[in-house]
Amino acid sequence: MEQIGVLASNLLSPIILLFVLGIFASLIRSDLKLPAPLYNGLTIYLLLAIGLKGGVELHKTPVSEFIWPALVTLLLGIITPITAYNVLRRLGKFDRINASAIAAHYGSVSAVTFIVAVSFGTMNGLTSEGFMPAMVAILEVPAIVVALMIAFTRDKRAGSWQEALHEVLSGRSIMLLLGGLIIGWISGPEGFEPISPFFETGFKGALALFLLEMGVITAKRLEGLKEVGAFLIAFGIFVPILHGALAIWMGSLAGLSVAGAAVLGAMVSSASYIAAPAAVRIALPEANPTLYLTASLGITFPFNITIGIPIYYAIAEWLM
Amino acid sequence: MKTTTLKLVTIVTERILEDRILRKMIDLGAKGYTLTQATGKGSRGVRASEWEGPDTRIEALVSDEVADGIIGYIADNLFEHYAVIVYVQDAEVVRGDKYV
Repeated sequence: MEQIGVLASNLLSPIILLFVLGIFASLIRSDLKLPAPLYNGLTIYLLLAIGLKGGVELHKTPVSEFIWPALVTLLLGIITPITAYNVLRRLGKFDRINASAIAAHYGSVSAVTFIVAVSFGTMNGLTSEGFMPAMVAILEVPAIVVALMIAFTRDKRAGSWQEALHEVLSGRSIMLLLGGLIIGWISGPEGFEPISPFFETGFKGALALFLLEMGVITAKRLEGLKEVGAFLIAFGIFVPILHGALAIWMGSLAGLSVAGAAVLGAMVSSASYIAAPAAVRIALPEANPTLYLTASLGITFPFNITIGIPIYYAIAEWLM
Repeated sequence: MKTTTLKLVTIVTERILEDRILRKMIDLGAKGYTLTQATGKGSRGVRASEWEGPDTRIEALVSDEVADGIIGYIADNLFEHYAVIVYVQDAEVVRGDKYV
């Protein structure tokens, strides 16, 4: 019963309701849409804010506490594209190109899912480790590299993986997240203090506004559902749960708290929709964008932020 | 005023190809270009990433040979898998020697 209450409280939180409003508005063809510069600005603000806060926390954390979760995260970043690839190839009978393109997305991470997972915990009185943003940065890149390696080692490809790697490493999300972490780590709590009101007070509001636009974007991807087939829809729900459970188990072994393990679960289960699509479009232009964008944005993202995250918290509580 | 006839090459394509095409155009002998953001609809409805925003429109005034080179590069490398529109017009250009 308690779990159902938690699920309802998530579904009825303003953040999720705004997301639903965005979907609804888009489905009835409303003109509601955030202007592109505002959407970009909010993304920069959110990524930088979590980077800075994570960096300040890292400053206070002894390496011994941080090293195991970091190694586990790195390992998960290598395992998850391989499991996703094999499920797609063997069970879903996808061709190699599309399987590795989708695997790159499911191995990598959605920063927004991470932020919603942290907020969900705070809302229910569970605080995850402050250094978790560093895990997002660790998780983002390796999976994309592994998935592209699967595609490129077998035969010659039309795209360029060097250019794709540059796109990922120099992309805004890594720059802001990693840059924020380093700046936060250098400046420490005292250095961060003067700018913290800007980055902390407005954070939840900015996230809510951002999710409104995410709703609009998600709704556009729902059109693809008819095209991608039942297998990919099931894949977009069950593989995240599988990856999430694995991450929670490994996270608990690495010494994370209940909330920390649940947040790691949400992170690992999530599919990238910023870094991975751009990298895959460059490296594997033959892959069909409708498949990976619909799976990542149209299925897994809405599933995770509504139902998935409460499930990950429940698994973490049950396990620990 | 005296004008010269040059080729105006216009390319409308995905944002992620912008750097690659611009580098190639300069290699092939283009002296400059103009970029504009573009949105629209075509046979390929899907953009690479919402985050990267709209498509890009590249325009360049070049000689006949350079125009052929650019078209050849795009035809051989990009048409198959990417959203690309390319067209060439004759342009009566003032101060034509700036561009060749």
